[in-house]
Amino acid sequence: MGKDFIQKSLKDSLLTGIIALALFGPIVGLRTVAKNEVLVVEPKWFIVLLIVALCAVGRFFINIYSYKKEQRRGEASSLGKIIANFLDEKGAQIAIAAIAFSIIFPFMPFADRYWMDIAIMMLTYIMLGWGLNIVIGLAGLLDLGYVAFYAVGAYSYALFAIHFGWSFWVCLPIAGLFAGMFGILLGFPVLRLRGDYLAIVTLAFGEMIRILLLNWYELTKGPDGLTGIPRPSFFGLPFKRYPDEGVETFHTFFGLEYDPMQRIIFLYYLILVLALITNAFTIKIRRLPVGRAWEALREDEIACKSLGVNPRNTKLTAFAIGAMFGGFAGSFFATRQAFISPESFTFIESAIIVAIVVLGGMGSQTGVVLSTIFLIGLIEVFRDFESYRMVAFGGAMVLIMIFRPRGILAKRKPTITMGK
Amino acid sequence: MLNISKVETFYGNIQALRGVDVKVNEGEIVALIGSNGAGKSTLLMTVSGVNKAANGEIIFDSKNISNLPAHHIVNLGISQVPEGRRIFARLTVEDNLRLGASVNEKGKNFEKDSKEVYDLFPVLKNRLSQRGGTLSGGEQQMLAIGRAMMARPRMLLLDEPSLGIAPKLVNQIFASIKNINKEKKVTVFLVEQNAKKALELADRGYVLVNGKISIEGAGKDLLNNPDVQAAYLEGGK
Repeated sequence: MGKDFIQKSLKDSLLTGIIALALFGPIVGLRTVAKNEVLVVEPKWFIVLLIVALCAVGRFFINIYSYKKEQRRGEASSLGKIIANFLDEKGAQIAIAAIAFSIIFPFMPFADRYWMDIAIMMLTYIMLGWGLNIVIGLAGLLDLGYVAFYAVGAYSYALFAIHFGWSFWVCLPIAGLFAGMFGILLGFPVLRLRGDYLAIVTLAFGEMIRILLLNWYELTKGPDGLTGIPRPSFFGLPFKRYPDEGVETFHTFFGLEYDPMQRIIFLYYLILVLALITNAFTIKIRRLPVGRAWEALREDEIACKSLGVNPRNTKLTAFAIGAMFGGFAGSFFATRQAFISPESFTFIESAIIVAIVVLGGMGSQTGVVLSTIFLIGLIEVFRDFESYRMVAFGGAMVLIMIFRPRGILAKRKPTITMGK
Repeated sequence: MLNISKVETFYGNIQALRGVDVKVNEGEIVALIGSNGAGKSTLLMTVSGVNKAANGEIIFDSKNISNLPAHHIVNLGISQVPEGRRIFARLTVEDNLRLGASVNEKGKNFEKDSKEVYDLFPVLKNRLSQRGGTLSGGEQQMLAIGRAMMARPRMLLLDEPSLGIAPKLVNQIFASIKNINKEKKVTVFLVEQNAKKALELADRGYVLVNGKISIEGAGKDLLNNPDVQAAYLEGGK
């Protein structure tokens, strides 16, 4: 490491420190407190100093990291690459192991209510990530309003279940259908848009759906939300301690003791199956003409046109199918919570799902799982330190951007490989 | 077979084509030459439907195609090899070929058609599982032509197939174009900067200047035309 380099990066760190000082000085350093009924400014310079030092030192280490990376350019030796290669080679075995683990997970000794809830939440996000991966990863359409379809799925499930009393298995496809229709509805006006413009319109679409749900009081009960959404039943057998007269329940049918965990475990398997269906569907469709056309559209729209691929239909199917899986996840969410309100469908949800897809490495199915475990897990770990959650979340994103700028699993397998 | 008459195409307010008349007969190789910005690529894109003609008619097999969307035109039997190849860089070579076959009854005849492409460009067969972006420029051009051939076209539109390719490979690619024309009976409409090569290959040629056809004639005649020589060929005054 040359003297030049050290000097340069020290200068760089100093500059970073100054910027950090300018930023955190007023935000963190100056705090107003009420003293004797008067507001006084109480400086907290020690904390500011700590943050500034952290930024400067961190910058220095990042410089060294990128310097070293420059040095061994061409050599594949970074940890991320080793992991990616490992996952590439053993991909199938790892996937089978992961599926096997998730099947036996509910019967693990440590799998109490808390862990089951986290697992269900993670699986929901994994399913949403896989669904959005169709739109972003395969078709290359940056959709920042994906939560809209999640919401449409949840509300259509809830409304059909409440008003018509239809069961989960009837409402699920209907909810998917509705979400898919909304996908087409979004798709039409944005056919000609690309990149950032598309992102802005999809973002607005997400907000429009939320505001619609908030204000269409007669249908959605607005901010009060919908209550009393029927819980799912085990193919007609409800999970209830005290069933209505003459109704057989899950535990009486199988001759078990009643246990509230039975329903949780059922929900867990439900979302696991839904998520795996989403994944299997995506893997399959990538090998079909439609999926191939999506990927081609991501690469080059003009080339697609000149080859006779209809860009309109291709985009609309991507939006519709991506939205449909969002809708399925939404109906699962509704039946699990038994209560939904527009609160659950804010932009931050879209942002988290997009982050999961992008940080996982766009188009990588395994990447979605890894980044979900990482991001959602991180949020959960920091649950007790509520106010630091977002700091950890943002910090994690910055770290991934520095060390794996194209996503955790940027290296994606070609669709077709020659037999060995 | 293809009859372009009085075609005008605009990019916003800028007029790129000012009433172009070009005729391509069945079985011919027709070359369109001209300098940068003359509107050569625009004309090809207008025929293939990627751009739309504001005025004029494009008749293919006595059918007016000037208002049809691009994917319909491919279905009718016109395939385009776009300028700069436009390979799907992150898809495999096989995926690229399969996408070319997407109009061909959704790739039902993939095995047979791809075999014909490998006969034309044997190098592609060894690279099927490789990503398009990892091929050399010449190989990418071969892939682009092969991809267009997968749709079983009756007419092939080639936009600057020699662009950015090693001279040795250019010869090979031009030989393949001739082969496609003679053996596979595909009519070829070719746009080229490399005027000499193009006119040597072509039965007939057109010279496009500022969005208008200025000279037309048999390939050999254009090669010997002093104006063409001066403007587009070496050895001119």
